[in-house]
Amino acid sequence: MRRNFLILLIGLIVLAPVPFLTDTYVLRLGTTALMYVSLSLAWNMIGGFAGYPSFGMAAFFGLGAYASGILQVNGFAGPVGWIGAGLVGLAFALALGAVVLRLRGHAFAIATLVVAEVLKEITNAWNSLTGGGMGLNMPYQKMDPIAGARIYFYAMLACATISLAATILVAGSKLGFALRTIKQNEDAASMVGVNTTTAKVIAFALSGALGALVGGVYTSWINFIEPADVYDPLFSIKPIVMVLLGGSGTVFGPVLGAAAFLLLDEIVWRNFLETHTGILGLVIVLLILFLPKGLGSLSWPRLLQRSAR
Amino acid sequence: MSAALLELDRVGRTFGGVRAVHDVSLKIQEGEIVGLIGPNGAGKTTLINAITGVPPPTSRRLRYRGTAIGHKKPNHIAALGLARTFQVVQPFPDMTVLENVMAGSLFAGGSASMADARDAAREQLEFTGLAPLADRPASKLTLANRKRLELAKSLAMRPKLLLLDEVNAGLNSAEVNQALELIGKIRARGITILIIEHLLKVVLTLCPRIVVLHHGELIADDAANDVVRDPKVIEAYLGSKFAERYGARHG
Repeated sequence: MRRNFLILLIGLIVLAPVPFLTDTYVLRLGTTALMYVSLSLAWNMIGGFAGYPSFGMAAFFGLGAYASGILQVNGFAGPVGWIGAGLVGLAFALALGAVVLRLRGHAFAIATLVVAEVLKEITNAWNSLTGGGMGLNMPYQKMDPIAGARIYFYAMLACATISLAATILVAGSKLGFALRTIKQNEDAASMVGVNTTTAKVIAFALSGALGALVGGVYTSWINFIEPADVYDPLFSIKPIVMVLLGGSGTVFGPVLGAAAFLLLDEIVWRNFLETHTGILGLVIVLLILFLPKGLGSLSWPRLLQRSAR
Repeated sequence: MSAALLELDRVGRTFGGVRAVHDVSLKIQEGEIVGLIGPNGAGKTTLINAITGVPPPTSRRLRYRGTAIGHKKPNHIAALGLARTFQVVQPFPDMTVLENVMAGSLFAGGSASMADARDAAREQLEFTGLAPLADRPASKLTLANRKRLELAKSLAMRPKLLLLDEVNAGLNSAEVNQALELIGKIRARGITILIIEHLLKVVLTLCPRIVVLHHGELIADDAANDVVRDPKVIEAYLGSKFAERYGARHG
């Protein structure tokens, strides 16, 4: 656990000066990357550690985005909105988890998939609070574009740090151990005394709170949210692909996976403008087929040895 | 007389319209080792499932050390000191042997920390002879060793009562003898045991008292010697050939 925190610290030291060395374009990419790193780590809590295939990340992301947006429109400062978003996400995940975590496997996946749709429809219909389909504009703030880009890079870096720290703590704790036993064999887990319900609900709540926090920061960063944007199913699917790519149920796999996905995305997009989604999909399918435990499972020393021969 | 360690009062379990276990009443005293036998499909495993809560019994009059446990969740029952092994072994396949056993000590064995749990698990691995395999993934073990792992995991839970479901099924005779020795050592620790077993040699060696289940009902509950002479038991399970041979040998 100490080693993991050391790696996190080194990562922070490397990333801290970045906003002062690059332009807004690179900062925007970096902020996006940190956002997906956070979402992947959030998904990993329930999907990776406990093995519950949640398709609900978009629900938490969107809920957090709107909680933050509504608070800010009503005069609260950005950071208050973000914390509020995290708390709303936590409460919603606790309530939802207590119900849907009774389901397993496919049934659980489907149940979580529809939640974002339901929230999207409610947000669309509740005009007086959410602005409905017209979306929600954040209050105008006079700010230098580069200063803004720096602030939101650091805000997303904070989200990623919180997510990774939480992941490291869970992985090294009794809770993390309980989640691993649940992933392997839930009935046997309860037989050795694991309180499976409590462990699953806590993991789901952490996942939801982190996802909503990220959504909350996203609102401030983008300045304008609408239901179709923040409840986009891609916010559910991309983190799953990233985690599978990097290594499900590991500490750094989600980080690696998110980075690799976005890098691939960028390279493929530049070279195949017309067909880029198709080619990206193909690359991901191949990677997951041939590396089922993710990029993190590659043994680099052995690979180097082989290529040296 | 003190209260029984485990007391079943007309416990039943139905699946839809099928009565898999019906009206079973049974008392197990502290320190006993009781054999549970019966033909395939008699409801032996269902009964053990009902005691440990997965799935729970449909009529729930179970008392463990005087407290009703029929409504409790499996993890609570486990924490009270009731451990079981599975006939079809249920390891955590991708975790190491050591981690498997740690799960038992961490969540039901009263270990305060991960380090404590690891120490307690190592102790059980020594006891069951699995120590050299501690770092293997559980999925790589032989059947005999997986059965041992089930035992080690249950023992790490520091049980008062151990329910053994066919720990010898699928083992060869040398392995059975080793398992017998191990069960003897567990008994010597003062752990009460209820054992489901098809090998009569094992039951008759270990258990002074035998209960017989047939079509989900208890048809005999007596000293081992009397049970094997009981005409109902001979008809339902043992067969007349066994009775003749047993009679010839033991008079």
